Amino acid sequence: MRYLDEYRDEEGARRFLDAIRRRVTRPWALMEVCGGQTHTLIRSGIDRMLPEEIRLIHGPGCPVCVTPVELIDRAVAIARRADVIFTSFGDMLRVPGTEADLFRVKSEGGDVRVVYSPLDAVKLAAQNPGRQVVFFAVGFETTAPANAMAVHQAKALGLENFSILVSHVLVPPAMEAILSSPSNQVQGFLAAGHVCAVMGYWEYPPIAERHRVPIVVTGFEPLDLLQGIHMLVEALEDGRWGVENQYTRSVTEAGNRPAQELLQKVFRVSDRKWRGIGEIPSSGLALTDEYAAFDAETRFDVGSIEARESPLCIAGEVLQGLRKPRECQAFGRECTPEHPLGAPMVSAEGACAAYFQYGRVET
Amino acid sequence: MSERGGEGDLAAGPVCPIPISDYPTVQLAHGGGGRLSQMLVERMFVPAFRNPWLEALHDGAVLEVAEGRLAFSTDSFVIRPRFFPGGNIGSLAVHGTVNDVAMCGARPLVISVGLILEEGLPMEELWRIVDSLRSAAEEAGVSVATGDTKVVDRGKGDGIYINTSGLGVVPAGVDLSPRRVRPGDKVLVSGEIGVHGIAIMAVREGLEFDTELESDSAALHGMTAPLVARLGDRLRVLRDPTRGGVSSALNEIAALAGVGFRLDERSLPVGDAVRGACEILGLDPLYVANEGKCLAFVAPEAADEALELLRSHPLGREAVVLGEATQEHPGRVVLRSRIGGERVVDMLSGEQLPRIC
Repeated sequence: MRYLDEYRDEEGARRFLDAIRRRVTRPWALMEVCGGQTHTLIRSGIDRMLPEEIRLIHGPGCPVCVTPVELIDRAVAIARRADVIFTSFGDMLRVPGTEADLFRVKSEGGDVRVVYSPLDAVKLAAQNPGRQVVFFAVGFETTAPANAMAVHQAKALGLENFSILVSHVLVPPAMEAILSSPSNQVQGFLAAGHVCAVMGYWEYPPIAERHRVPIVVTGFEPLDLLQGIHMLVEALEDGRWGVENQYTRSVTEAGNRPAQELLQKVFRVSDRKWRGIGEIPSSGLALTDEYAAFDAETRFDVGSIEARESPLCIAGEVLQGLRKPRECQAFGRECTPEHPLGAPMVSAEGACAAYFQYGRVET
Repeated sequence: MSERGGEGDLAAGPVCPIPISDYPTVQLAHGGGGRLSQMLVERMFVPAFRNPWLEALHDGAVLEVAEGRLAFSTDSFVIRPRFFPGGNIGSLAVHGTVNDVAMCGARPLVISVGLILEEGLPMEELWRIVDSLRSAAEEAGVSVATGDTKVVDRGKGDGIYINTSGLGVVPAGVDLSPRRVRPGDKVLVSGEIGVHGIAIMAVREGLEFDTELESDSAALHGMTAPLVARLGDRLRVLRDPTRGGVSSALNEIAALAGVGFRLDERSLPVGDAVRGACEILGLDPLYVANEGKCLAFVAPEAADEALELLRSHPLGREAVVLGEATQEHPGRVVLRSRIGGERVVDMLSGEQLPRIC
């Protein structure tokens, strides 16, 4: 299949692995930011093929994982209302809230539906004028433009029965927070290629400069990741920092301007709480005043719902790269994909689920 | 009464034998045991499935039993949508059960059909499903020996649910069992995987591909019978990888046989449409359902012959060797990735959910 097979080639993989092996002289801790990258690394077995000097730390770039538990509880409260059709991407349904997930709401009779695009939710609202249609707007800069477009369209169509529950987060502030943490171990970043396809990478040079780290904008196929790792290792071994772009087939420095303009119109930057990490200043998106009427939190008055996390779960430390999923005492015992205690066990992109599903090769 | 179709030739044509002017939709009384139930049986079911057992209009079918052993299996069908490219809930209900019987190494003989209808189901639609049950049973060479119909209140069902059970005869000396799989045995798959699941998802979610994907739903015993007859005990076990896909079937057998399995990603038979859909939706074809494929676990020295036998049948033309059983990592399925790495292919947990980004 074109655009896939050439990036999953064994010969090419071996060349990059050899090049990395030749170049590396000491241990390096690298973080892949995005959960999609974690998924590929483990699914293709790259984590086991790298020389032992290279330690990969799995970053917080899984939107399902970092959505704070009170947002899940608010989603549950809204979805339980008889007048609501609650729509969401599939993997949010299984994320545990304080006492229920959205699957449970569905089984109890709530009208919870999986959609593949927020625009489908807008369509549902147009088709069901007598009901409130709510979309769970989760994700990074990658999903934000489509969600912005949904709100923009709903406004243009005059749909008063459509709203979104916003839980948008931004990548650069999270990288900044990780690097600023006193316990930080990350020495180089594989930046999330898809986020950069939208946003470009003009936001990164100041971060690289301030913290003197190399950042390589990297794609999602096995060879993309191997090449990105190779570029990082070369920079680290040379003592260089700065921003490089491995994913040139999709990413430009400026990014997708029309998408960025729409984002600016519909959303404003706000402080956000990240599940397991806590509040990061200016790290999320909220609706601008112009679109505030589409905010499900105010429409259904659920803003004050507070939440409780499992005391066993170490998701926060896993998401910051401080500990590996296997170091959690609940991993594979109390916490499995069937009964997740924390969000990283839910999504296939979550580090815990990826370890559980693909990583259990030792017996 | 003028539109009523003639009796006796009802099964031959696509026209619904219960005239629309009489009952355009299924009523509660169609399952009530009274006059309407009788009409449904006598006008629709008996002519469609015509055979001595049904025509006896008895409470059950009385079957002659020859010497030997019987294979017996049951399955319920609740698929949504009811009609999909490549079949419908009726044909699927025949194939599913016939295949379960066939995987026991048996020749399927008779099936039962239990219908649970929702009040208000269009009679025309019921007829299309019954007609498709009929032709699938006919093609598979099995008789519908007994049946039952119930009707539930509107809103209490999803149009129609079907339960089928099947009986088949196991030839003498045949003893297929997961526990007979040994290290070194080869695993064959009869063709491209993931087709049914992706075809259904495409209809359900309104996904479009360059080429329309049809479900692979089919009766497999015609293809598996020669394996059973010719390979003897070199055929260890057969499995149809339905829900949970190939990975679940392999994991189950690995656990029961106490062996591991090794696969190579490059030799997985995955077509472009399925692969493309899986890439977009974040699914793994190894976990996607099949309804017309089988896995054959055979002794290493029988692999070539088994492959040839499968390929000589139209449903098995694209059969390949998928992998082999190993002594290492018992109970686990390990896949060598396209770039030469390794990963464990675990059982599916819950439902496969499309990823966010």
